[in-house]
Amino acid sequence: MIAFILRRLVQSVIVMLTVALVAFALFRFVGDPIASMVGQETTLAERAELREALGLNDPFIIQFWNFVARAATGDFGISYRLQQPVMELIVSRLPATLELALVSGILAFVFGVGFGVYTALRRGNWVSGSIMTISLIGVSLPTFLIGVLLIWVFAVELQWLPSFGRGDTVYIGEWWRTGLLTQSGRASLILPAITLGLYQMTLIMRLVRAEMLEVLRTDYIKFARARGLSNRAVHFGHALKNTLVPVITITGLQMGSIIAFSIITETVFQWPGVGALFIRSVQFVDVPVMAAYLMLIALVFVVINLIVDLLYYAVDPRLRVDRANARH
Amino acid sequence: MATPLLSVRDLVVEFPTRRGVLRALDKISFDIAEGEVLGMVGESGAGKSLTGAAIIGLLEPPGRIAGGEIWLRGERIDNLPREKMRRIRGRRIGMVFQDPLTSLNPLYTVAQQLIETIRTHIDVSEKEARKRAVALLDRVGIPAAGRRIDDYPHHFSGGMRQRVVIALALAAEPELVIADEPTTALDVSVQAQIIDVLKEICAERGASVMLITHDMGVIAETADRVAVLYAGRLAEIGPVRDVIQAAEHPYTVGLMGSIPTLTQTAERLTQIPGAMPRLNAIPTGCAFNPRCTRVMDRCRVDRPDPAERPGGRQVACWLYDNAMESADE
Amino acid sequence: MADFTPENRPNALARAWDSDIAYSFRRSPLAIIAALVSLIIILAAVLAPWLAPHDPFNPASLNLMDGFTPPMEPNAFTGNVYWLGTDNQGRDVFSTILYGARISLFVGFMAVLFAMVLGITLGLIAGYRGGWVDSLLMRVADVQLTFPSILLALLIFGVARGFIPPAYREAMAIWVLIVAIGLSDWVQYARVVRGATMVEKNKEYVQAARVIGAHPAKILLRHILPNVMGPVLVIATIGLALAIIAEATLSFLGVGVPPTQPSLGTLIRIGQGFLFSGEWWILLFPSITLLALALSVNLLGDWLRDALNPRLR
Repeated sequence: MIAFILRRLVQSVIVMLTVALVAFALFRFVGDPIASMVGQETTLAERAELREALGLNDPFIIQFWNFVARAATGDFGISYRLQQPVMELIVSRLPATLELALVSGILAFVFGVGFGVYTALRRGNWVSGSIMTISLIGVSLPTFLIGVLLIWVFAVELQWLPSFGRGDTVYIGEWWRTGLLTQSGRASLILPAITLGLYQMTLIMRLVRAEMLEVLRTDYIKFARARGLSNRAVHFGHALKNTLVPVITITGLQMGSIIAFSIITETVFQWPGVGALFIRSVQFVDVPVMAAYLMLIALVFVVINLIVDLLYYAVDPRLRVDRANARH
Repeated sequence: MATPLLSVRDLVVEFPTRRGVLRALDKISFDIAEGEVLGMVGESGAGKSLTGAAIIGLLEPPGRIAGGEIWLRGERIDNLPREKMRRIRGRRIGMVFQDPLTSLNPLYTVAQQLIETIRTHIDVSEKEARKRAVALLDRVGIPAAGRRIDDYPHHFSGGMRQRVVIALALAAEPELVIADEPTTALDVSVQAQIIDVLKEICAERGASVMLITHDMGVIAETADRVAVLYAGRLAEIGPVRDVIQAAEHPYTVGLMGSIPTLTQTAERLTQIPGAMPRLNAIPTGCAFNPRCTRVMDRCRVDRPDPAERPGGRQVACWLYDNAMESADE
Repeated sequence: MADFTPENRPNALARAWDSDIAYSFRRSPLAIIAALVSLIIILAAVLAPWLAPHDPFNPASLNLMDGFTPPMEPNAFTGNVYWLGTDNQGRDVFSTILYGARISLFVGFMAVLFAMVLGITLGLIAGYRGGWVDSLLMRVADVQLTFPSILLALLIFGVARGFIPPAYREAMAIWVLIVAIGLSDWVQYARVVRGATMVEKNKEYVQAARVIGAHPAKILLRHILPNVMGPVLVIATIGLALAIIAEATLSFLGVGVPPTQPSLGTLIRIGQGFLFSGEWWILLFPSITLLALALSVNLLGDWLRDALNPRLR
């Protein structure tokens, strides 16, 4: 168990270092960092001085090491565009993105598993049929279009929900600004969360359905029925648990995608999160922000992968081989 | 005559398909007496497993019982509401499947699966159920049952797992156990042990067994009576000794000829020419007529029904038709 | 992964196979509708300069007085009638959609072509060379697959922009977009081709080719390409739908094609701005076009996959 976690941790560190290398290369070679920092009137001598002061003349490996060391402490430099420390920018916007991603992730998982189980158990009735058809459209519909159409229907025509921003927010602790505790904050979250979660929901739903149908055909389900267990025990005690093993992995990875896709949703709903910040940085070639965002996303993926592995381990006893593996 | 434990009358199982309805079981009738072991043999696809599935009410859709009746101790069970039938499964009829590697849910410990089964049918406390579960595991021959019970299925070898499966099938003390090729997937070395365990426990508890297999050797050692299925129809049924030593239906004769015995090692094993027809191409008359060495004109036109023979046997063959018999002998 | 060796797909069968596809096509109303819709949109886009009643990019033909004309209603000032209305600058929405679809489809097709060529080449190299080249390429592919392609395309787009001097950024935008989308989508082609190559490279004809001195890679290419045509076509069709959506998304985000060459995504971005003032047609019609295009190409790909090989994936 410990060895397993350690191995995973080492792998995670390697992944993070690789991504750091890409981020550093981005930072170092895309455009000229000096040109981005100073004004037109700076003399060549001053530029050379700054270059030396910033360590840009050091060997590559030293520069990279310094970059990693600074990144580890959360120092990604100053944004070219906003002239503020990158970390400050990201930290102030992170809660908005995380709240959005979390709520959509929960929506996607709950409804995805629910609909998936329903359509697998009630194959052939018209409700399942319509859910499947709608999900097909949901998969082909671009996320931003879903958002725009939702705004049109619920914000413009019906005027039920706000169409942009986070509504009122309050502070929890030092820096976490939440919209979850206010009426308007929660209302503002509904449309973006649906937009962001819909695609993932259809994916999870189709996966759960396919897995569930597969599991329902297995011998142990037949044997469970032959032992006279109730339908509820067979479907939810036995079939669902086995279905969820592969679903957990995919859902975990989907959580990463949700964070990435929040770029689109945040743009549509003018949601003040890190995704919108990233889009701006791409438009303006604001390399420090791009590099930091890349590292952030990689970190999210690595952490989620780690959690997924541990969950997997907790759910599937077959992986716990170190206990009694050769016992017969 | 006492009511048999299980009585199957003219059972018909059909599969509706796009190209018409396939009749997988065609008017099968047989009884299983209290405490009896009935062997059921036939080639793959003859309908052995379907018979078991139909009795326990677990035919895979779109398969369905299209005719006939199934009685369990005088109570008709083929048309019971789903919930009532569920309570019979496990509690009154237990089932053992072929492959022990896939019969157990890999995500639950043996204890969890046993206790769940016991408590579904018998109103006992968790603690009492666990006590029974350990006793049961011990009885089916799992060493250190009290400790092993908390292991997961993948911790057990194939033979041990099949013992667990038997324990599960017997957990609620059913009156009838349907064992569907319980040893086919196992090593030859453990096959006999598993059959012995199954037979012993059922004998102890007075449970009847319907043993589905294509291994005539197992039948010969274990069963009291044997039923031979061919293409979804009953060819012959009778006491094991009689059927094996003096098979009457030409198909059974062929089947016996294909078993190696110690006494006739030198002889070439006889083989039945041809293959069992597919369900959509069963010939008119007797289903066996294209392969039968003793085929008569009548066999190609009229279908023989199982007819009573001396010694409690039934044979579905025109050779033994009463009108013909005098001429034959 | 299914087996695409010549034994399984002999040439003589190829014709019968074709007719099988034709048969399955005739039997599937959904496929027919999807094909028709795709075909109409593609034709309309290709023929845009001849079909469009107005040239939306010729300022001389625009009349600001025509702005915000609702669909099928005469304009309050000029009395001109436009099928799908006009936008704020008096541009005919129908014409902008035709030209927008042209750009969307161009980027989509080129990105798929780029991804296909890149994927097939890398797949051939990985499959033929094996060893560390193979491990490296496939590891890169694995890592790339875990990240959403839209994020990747965004990053590639951002990096490429960093390398291009600001003066050329506008002009190069479409090509940068094509490369970004193409680079984020080569993996599946590479996997299929790599699998087929690994099966073929040990066949006798390849060994024989080596003996007579021909370059085996050339022969492999000639023999493998016909074998992987089916799956590659399926991947490309579904890839086209994905590329169109990716382009629209990036353009909608404002990091795609420049505003002077609006694609469907740009039009939707513009249309969103007029949602609150009630000019719904500027948003609705481009959205419907994009949806119809993406959905029908997607359905076509799904159908093709099932028709060619139900076990593919």
